[in-house]
Amino acid sequence: MAKSIPAKLIEDTARELTSRAAIDIPHDFRAGVRRARDRERNRLARFVLDEMDRNWDIATEDRRPMCADTGLPRYYVRVGNEATIDGGFVALERALRQATADATATIPLRPNRVHPLTRIDHNNNVGTHAPEITYAFEPDRDFIDVTTVHKGGLFGSDYRMLFPADGIKGIKRFFVDCLVQFGKRGLACQPAIVGIGLGGAKDTCVRLGKEAACLRVVGSRNPDPEIAKLEQELTDLGNYIGIGAMGFAGTSMVVATHIEVAFSHTGGLPIGVHQFCLSSRRATARIHPDGRVEFRDDPAWFTDYYRREGVE
Amino acid sequence: MTAPYTRLDDVGMDEVHLTTPVADADIARLKLGDVVYLSGVLYTAREGVYKKVVDDDRGLPAGVRELTNVNFHCSPAAAIRPDGTYAVEAVTATASFRFGKSFPKWFERSGSRVIVGKAGLTETAYREWFVPAGAVYLTTVGYGLGATYGKAIRRVVDVHWLRELGIAQALWVLEVDRLGPFLVEGDREGRSLFALANREINARLAEVYRELPPPALSRFGEVVSREDEVVL
Repeated sequence: MAKSIPAKLIEDTARELTSRAAIDIPHDFRAGVRRARDRERNRLARFVLDEMDRNWDIATEDRRPMCADTGLPRYYVRVGNEATIDGGFVALERALRQATADATATIPLRPNRVHPLTRIDHNNNVGTHAPEITYAFEPDRDFIDVTTVHKGGLFGSDYRMLFPADGIKGIKRFFVDCLVQFGKRGLACQPAIVGIGLGGAKDTCVRLGKEAACLRVVGSRNPDPEIAKLEQELTDLGNYIGIGAMGFAGTSMVVATHIEVAFSHTGGLPIGVHQFCLSSRRATARIHPDGRVEFRDDPAWFTDYYRREGVE
Repeated sequence: MTAPYTRLDDVGMDEVHLTTPVADADIARLKLGDVVYLSGVLYTAREGVYKKVVDDDRGLPAGVRELTNVNFHCSPAAAIRPDGTYAVEAVTATASFRFGKSFPKWFERSGSRVIVGKAGLTETAYREWFVPAGAVYLTTVGYGLGATYGKAIRRVVDVHWLRELGIAQALWVLEVDRLGPFLVEGDREGRSLFALANREINARLAEVYRELPPPALSRFGEVVSREDEVVL
């Protein structure tokens, strides 16, 4: 029987993850933005991306948040089937909420979370259903992976029920619609990682699209070759539209397109599209039962087990 | 009066340094796409402050109008330290279109002439609300130069309505040194840099959509033409 993971270790790790996510731009995304900058011919869009690159250096050097809209902090927890936590999942959730409240004051994050009607702000990014915690499981492992994502999120995402007859062209049209409506004026804070959830129920495709945008690194491809081909086609199409950084006429709209699928109703083709903005904030740590903590850029959220198709 | 640009590529991107309160002559000289840096004092205001000043008719807190004529649509990533001082590490703008209908009264009550924000407004909005007030719009860059802008903050001069509105919505009066870069998005004649960009984007949209037919099931929608914007 493996040792239990202490809740205090989870809390300390989550606090550090929150700081890294808010301050340090992930390497894979930064490299992708630099490639978009090198392709870009529009002088204003290039200026924007050069300033962003410099901003990420200032954030890391000064240990200050890269963007003052520090988004909605949330967590994705992948639990090894053999892992146990001191105090169980109630202790884990308490640790993540405590870390969020502490980090909001110490980094500081902007306390974005308010009651939707009264607009009351606890000034700590904690509230009802906040931060969100999403779980996945992995067989034969005794560690837990904790990822925090701080996604901004007023613009850039949309959902639509398409139908099988709409097919690939329907997917492409909706994708272009999302990029055009939120790309003008740079509302989406592009160039972005675009995540697409296809299939499942309405909520499944919206969730998968967000996970595809936020939990896969630039350069990763869907293991299904047909889907990987569509990812590349959509990236090319997005950069062909003629919209660049901040909505200046250009080519720097999409850093990468990530598609994840779920089995859907036989009559439907639901689609959810998300754009993970120029402040693509994510950080991951693996917490082992012996107390070791390994930090990394890649959430590695989409495992073969997570994408399984059969009973096992 | 500055001459209009007809193409995005013609924009000069001249560097301009302004001090607050920004003089009318300096405002009049700003050209679309000029790269602007601000030094002096400015204050933040977003939904909560606009509601108090415009909807509740309370005006700005005493003394703020006399300090500066620059309003930044933003709220900082800030905290109150245990000793009562403020930590303001990063600032970025919030989208400005949502304050549209408040502007006529806002300009009258605040006396602000330079609005700094995200994503600008339409040329119609500038002509109807900004031009009569002699105001211009500067857009932040990125978006998301939070660390760059945060580094330019010298001190927090004052914070108003902190308890009522919370950290994210309070009115923060900030002293800044070379805060920027911003881009001139709406000039004194009511022209818009984004409108210039949108005309170029729209010119090829028909080609982009040529082989992408509408889906089987339509949706109710306020905007139908792909050449129109979702921002009013």
